[in-house]
Amino acid sequence: MADHDTPNGTSRRAFLRGAAAAGAGALSATAARAQTPDPLITEVQPWAQSFGDGVDETPYGLPIKFEDDVVRRNVEWLTADTVSSINFTPIHALDGTITPQGCAFERHHSGAIELRKDEYRLMINGMVDTPMVFTYADLERFPRENHVYFCECAANTGMEWAGAQLNGAQFTHGMIHNMEYTGVTLRTLLEEAGLDTAGDLSDKWVFVEGADASSNGRSIPMGKALDDCLIAFKANGEALRKEHGYPVRLVVPGWEGNMWVKWIRRIEVMDGPVESREETSKYTDTLEDGTSRKWTWTMDAKSVVTSPSPQAPISHGTGPLVISGLAWSGNGAITRVDVSKDGGMTWETARLAKEGEAKALTRFYLDTDWDGSEMMLQSRAMDETGYVQPTKAQLREVRGLNSIYHNNCIQTWLVRSTGEAENVEVS
Amino acid sequence: MSKFLKSTAILAALSLTATPVLAEKLGLGRAALTEEVAAWNGEISPDGTGLPAGSGDAIVGEEIFADQCAACHGDFAEGIGNWPKLAGGMGTLDREDPLKTVGSYWPYLSTAFDYIKRSMPYGNAGTLSDDETYAIVAYILYSNDLIEDDFVLSKETFLDVEMPNVDGFILDDRAETEYAQWRVEPCMENCKPEPVEVTMRATVLDVTPQEEAAVSDDVVVAAPKPEAETAAAAEVVTASFDADLAAEGEKVFRKCSSCHQVGENAKNRVGPMLNGIVGHAAGAVDGFRYSNPMADAGEDGLVWSEQELAAFLADPRGYMRGTKMAFAGLKDEGDQAAVIEYLKSYAD
Repeated sequence: MADHDTPNGTSRRAFLRGAAAAGAGALSATAARAQTPDPLITEVQPWAQSFGDGVDETPYGLPIKFEDDVVRRNVEWLTADTVSSINFTPIHALDGTITPQGCAFERHHSGAIELRKDEYRLMINGMVDTPMVFTYADLERFPRENHVYFCECAANTGMEWAGAQLNGAQFTHGMIHNMEYTGVTLRTLLEEAGLDTAGDLSDKWVFVEGADASSNGRSIPMGKALDDCLIAFKANGEALRKEHGYPVRLVVPGWEGNMWVKWIRRIEVMDGPVESREETSKYTDTLEDGTSRKWTWTMDAKSVVTSPSPQAPISHGTGPLVISGLAWSGNGAITRVDVSKDGGMTWETARLAKEGEAKALTRFYLDTDWDGSEMMLQSRAMDETGYVQPTKAQLREVRGLNSIYHNNCIQTWLVRSTGEAENVEVS
Repeated sequence: MSKFLKSTAILAALSLTATPVLAEKLGLGRAALTEEVAAWNGEISPDGTGLPAGSGDAIVGEEIFADQCAACHGDFAEGIGNWPKLAGGMGTLDREDPLKTVGSYWPYLSTAFDYIKRSMPYGNAGTLSDDETYAIVAYILYSNDLIEDDFVLSKETFLDVEMPNVDGFILDDRAETEYAQWRVEPCMENCKPEPVEVTMRATVLDVTPQEEAAVSDDVVVAAPKPEAETAAAAEVVTASFDADLAAEGEKVFRKCSSCHQVGENAKNRVGPMLNGIVGHAAGAVDGFRYSNPMADAGEDGLVWSEQELAAFLADPRGYMRGTKMAFAGLKDEGDQAAVIEYLKSYAD
């Protein structure tokens, strides 16, 4: 399904460069002819004449100042304060699939703490042969693995249940990031402590908690714990950021972000779930009749067009247009993404930038020619289980209107002839 | 559930091929000491496993709640502003905007004890004794009309409390109710009746954060403090300071400390840090996002003299309509004076 190589990839890039240069004046994108020589070319520019910064100007670099709008943003009215709150990844401004740590969304329950590696301890206790304590240095001596996984908050898109609310892909879909993690499998550590004592593992659980003031405890069935959970200490090649759980966090691939306990300090093998606050009063899904689903851990297949979108309008006029977006599934790899320009009446299959990876973000592109007419842009993901991302109407039909979490509906952006876009719902 | 576990167990077995296979243990780490396990092993399970000795009732709990919890959760556990409501909401779960509280929604009482002992009071977690925790849980139950005020909550009586929504949960059934329907070949053409129409727009609600707001915040942060004013404040502090009264105020300040910090390394939390607040312009602590009324009052020249501060502390929301400070107020003038004296000891 994935179309790896576009035969005209090079020429398309060249075309985009041209369009960007012409962007200031020309609205028509058909190979414009310059009327006057471009002074950026004909005159010697300051940057072409004198020195730039020396090598040690920024020992650890930040993005250039021209990109200072590509930042996490908060929706203040969502929460009472910023210490127990969430912000949003600027997915409208990113490309590819890896989320830079510096703009990957944060979710804290008692703020991002500063915990030194040499003051870090990880305890494994409960139904294990030997309750153990590991230091950070111990963790680095176990065999390591590298995996790319998305981490999505169960509440991502949660504000959109009752209707279109927030105008921007960052706000509707930005509770997600995707990083390459380095760590030790949870299985390795559990086996180091020994699981013979636990006996039959099929009905056992692990309870995990963090070292911060909230300690955010969650129960995870042993099957998942032994399957693909990672005790991670690096992301995208470098140490985890403070806000993502430095020095060590739990990675629970494909499952809701709340379970990815940061600053993880303890893992207890138990014979049942704790039914903690975060798995009863929160992160449960109330249906129309008032009953609520619990243990809805998996993040189902979902996608969103990141550009054009309300924060990333079309600024180049008609002609070649790259429609781009992200797709992911907690049940496996994305196999296909379809895009509709007419609100779901007709669909065309987009190009996946790379073959989808299980439980990781997949980038899709639809290289198209825009005639300037209004579009109702949608994307629809499919994963390797054959699951097709539902519409909001389909979700509401099953779950009613009182849900908060696990809203993986198809999103619609109304793109006007001016190129501006807004968040809408359609019939 | 069992079906799920089996399938993941199979997955786990398969994925072993991609995992570094450990023939035997590496002998890393060390055995945890009993005291260490006891210090961290605090979770409470639905059947009461993990509950400590101790007890408390709603009468005792009400006082503790007023001191430790009411700043955010309200005197009657009704919640203030965006802070969680802990009481009420019975019978609302099948209505629009259900109110989910400990009484109306939480299936297990163990969760309340576990969470309060573990994570509360907000900003001062893990400081409640077991007796205090029992008392607070009892007060929350009482506020939900689930126990009488003389009911003594303890390990022995814990499971006697009936949680109304204990049977209100089902296990994840998406495999049957959703996946089965949605694993189909998707439609590609003529997928819905024409014409497709916009039925709702986010712009109508206008709740998206605007960049202008961020810019004005920056301006507030960047505003230089008038040097003269700070100097004047320092003089006031040295002019009259009662160390005994300040010591009393330190105790009173516990009511403030879940939201405010003072002293070395004090930072803005739920409320602004308060070093040097006496004599300081209102709404002007660097980096704190004030309510508009507070910011405006500061710009209009309001300075936290002892007199103004006492009036504010007596009735925060009466004194300044729209303030973010979710605190019922210090009714006792002695408490007001003491806490102000205490704050003066952190002159910045």
